[in-house]
Amino acid sequence: MSDPHQHGSPATAADHPVPHDAAHFHDHSKLYLGVGAALLVLTAATVGLSYVHFGSEEMNILIGMLLATFKASLVALIFMHLKEEKMTIYQFMLATMVFVTGLFLLTLLAFKDHIVL
Amino acid sequence: MEIPYTVKPRPDTGLWNAKIGIWLFLASEVMLFGGLFSAYIFLRLGAEPGYWPKGLLNVPVGTINTAILIASSVSVVFAWAALKMRNFKRYRLCMMFTLLCGVVFLGVKLGYEWPAKYHHFGAFIKPEARAKYEEFLGNEHLAAKGLHPRVEISGHLENHDALHDKEIKEYHIRLDAVNADPTSPANDHPHFWPRPMSDKVAHVAKEDVQWASMFLPKHSTYFAVYYTITGLHGLHVLGGLVMFAYFLLPVSTRLYQKDPDHLANRIEVVGLFWHFVDLVWIFVFPLFYLL
Repeated sequence: MSDPHQHGSPATAADHPVPHDAAHFHDHSKLYLGVGAALLVLTAATVGLSYVHFGSEEMNILIGMLLATFKASLVALIFMHLKEEKMTIYQFMLATMVFVTGLFLLTLLAFKDHIVL
Repeated sequence: MEIPYTVKPRPDTGLWNAKIGIWLFLASEVMLFGGLFSAYIFLRLGAEPGYWPKGLLNVPVGTINTAILIASSVSVVFAWAALKMRNFKRYRLCMMFTLLCGVVFLGVKLGYEWPAKYHHFGAFIKPEARAKYEEFLGNEHLAAKGLHPRVEISGHLENHDALHDKEIKEYHIRLDAVNADPTSPANDHPHFWPRPMSDKVAHVAKEDVQWASMFLPKHSTYFAVYYTITGLHGLHVLGGLVMFAYFLLPVSTRLYQKDPDHLANRIEVVGLFWHFVDLVWIFVFPLFYLL
């Protein structure tokens, strides 16, 4: 607030008072930092565990993908506010999940399509 | 005419316009990347033993880039929160930090990771000729351990003309650690730290080679899908950077002065896009670098 040459932000601060739930936002900042830290730790875990042999390659892939899915869920729920979103958005998500699952299954169908020579 | 619901939510859905827009766009993005990831699964499941390379990418660099993207995701959500708390200075700092993270990520990708691959060379050996190159492949050792065979000799191509000149009958390859000492147990599995190249040079006759290429998309289905997915992801990062730069221009300052919540909504939307880009990378990193 000390620099009057800064593009007008001091004046606007008075025009637009801090909303009542400003303290609420402050609490979330800690959550965001916590999630960021958790994501970094989980990244380190993903890297570390990829060098541990869990019996089979499939098992390693499964563990890696479970960790990735968990990390992606953190990003989606907290950073993308999906934890508390409106019903319309959830409906979009549901439709997307249905279609993307169909897309994956379509590709896998190719394995049922034996080439006759 | 004023467009309704750019700031205030529509009463029936509880959403403002851009929020609907970005989520529909992200839904289409899920389909776009979903198609490519399903191609990855298809190609990987269909790869013959030994033909899906492991440990070719630089894992420490990939890990650092992952951390950079995570940090930028935190800072973009902080930028939005700063606007909600009417702290414009903090908003600008957070946006600059986010922009910087994105620039570093792309710089590492395009300035270091990709070019390092263009300078790397690999020759896939014909199955009937592999015994001849046993000292570089170590397949008897791998078979005894129940591991997949090694089908490629890779490293730096010393006689670059061999790529184009039909008169040159062999490739001179300064070997990667795996081919220089193929029976060393240290080479049975990939490592976190990239292993230094050897000084050993192998002469590989072209007639023994199934196909050979620099580490470009045509090298293998692995690199084809790697460049496609990381390239598309990189384009998304670039798109994010253009928007972050835009939101640091005076036009955003004027919007903030007019209606800070309008700018906050725009930052929320660009943030949603950026988190999605981060989310895609969360899957790209293990699938290509680690597993």
